[in-house]
Amino acid sequence: MKPQMITLHINGRTHFVALNPNLTLLVALRDLGYTDVKCGCEKGDCGACAVFLNGVAVNSCLVLAWQADEAEILTAAGLGTSEHPHPLQTAFSDAGAIQCGYCTPGMIISAKSLLDHKPHPTEAEIRDAISGNLCRCTGYAQIIQAVESAAEKMAAEGPAVFGGAGGEG
Amino acid sequence: MQSEIELYRPQNLAEALTLLAQYGPDGKPMAGGTNIVVELRDGHHNCKSLVDLSRLKELRGINLEDGYIVIGGGTTITELIDHPLICMHAGILKEAAQLFANPLVRNRATVAGNLVDASPAADTAPPLLALKAEVQLMNRAASRWMKLEDFITGVRKTNLQPGELMFAIRWPVPSDRSAGAYTKVGLRKADAISVLSAAVMVELDDAGLCKQAIIALGAVAPKPFRAHEAEALLLGKVLEPELIAEAARLAAETTRPIDDIRGTAAYRKRVTAVTVRRLLTRAVEVLK
Repeated sequence: MKPQMITLHINGRTHFVALNPNLTLLVALRDLGYTDVKCGCEKGDCGACAVFLNGVAVNSCLVLAWQADEAEILTAAGLGTSEHPHPLQTAFSDAGAIQCGYCTPGMIISAKSLLDHKPHPTEAEIRDAISGNLCRCTGYAQIIQAVESAAEKMAAEGPAVFGGAGGEG
Repeated sequence: MQSEIELYRPQNLAEALTLLAQYGPDGKPMAGGTNIVVELRDGHHNCKSLVDLSRLKELRGINLEDGYIVIGGGTTITELIDHPLICMHAGILKEAAQLFANPLVRNRATVAGNLVDASPAADTAPPLLALKAEVQLMNRAASRWMKLEDFITGVRKTNLQPGELMFAIRWPVPSDRSAGAYTKVGLRKADAISVLSAAVMVELDDAGLCKQAIIALGAVAPKPFRAHEAEALLLGKVLEPELIAEAARLAAETTRPIDDIRGTAAYRKRVTAVTVRRLLTRAVEVLK
């Protein structure tokens, strides 16, 4: 089957790309330069490639790029900028929830997905929310702490708009 | 090695059924893709054409219709977890959904996909078997309902015919005098492929005797199945601990488990007896 043109709206930017049908969204995103989306296990176990696809957190390694045609995609880097980071990005940095950093973008996507649905999660809910994201260096204590502190900060500051169509686009 | 494929992306149900009819045995429906995309990556996929059902709105929705809970085949595992009808009428399915893979996979994987994939360890199968679910299979010309029990025929084998997709799944609303229990035995809490998954439903009559008992088991035979002999032992009787233990032993005897990386056949048999005893006991406690 020949490559087809598809349209991907990523972090507020629109890309038209010709892709083969068997390529995953993960490969497409990295080839377009969105290298904050990490390639780990490529079978849905590690969560390093997590992104929002039309507002739903998914493993981009389990989605064919053609399936994402015309979809809105949000990656961890699209959540904020260096000047205006998302509270989760700030909290991960402040809590030292990063060692090698490889799991961080996926952790932040899963954490945001949780906080979108449950602004005041319990520790058990946080653990469940990141259960599809593997961290192999720091352990999970600081990550859980970071999600807790981001939730508190976001609740205190009220409903700010993060990760909309703006981003760095 | 990435498999070469043809991928078709119908915008609605009619287009999907036409494409599936056109490609017949060479075509295969694809929903969330959480199994198929991994197979493609590994070069294990043997199907030439995939028909992507992920954007069909007709396959979504959870409804109460004529005494049945009816869910669209494209319902995701995540959508099961918080839906009021599932919470109220299918607690065992909710529990299974909460233990299914991990949240990122649950957001994408569908109920029909899990059933059509027909893994012996398919996590939605035991609770749906215990709820006496039927599946609706549809091609361009017709649709038919089939008992889930008859639908899965073996390891990754089903009665889905070329040109068909799974449109919906339904089960009768359980009676007020019934209760269920579910458990999954895995090597860890998340991302676990079951060593055993088991679901039971028990219904008592006004005299407190067993009117119906269903014991459904996954990952301990070539396909998820019901332990009919053990169920029959309980019918019409008071569910005393000794009788429950006897039924649980009988259920374990009907398993045909294998040794694999997750557990031995001997362990699976033993854990089945213990688990079924506990689940039946728990269901009976709820009804007291």
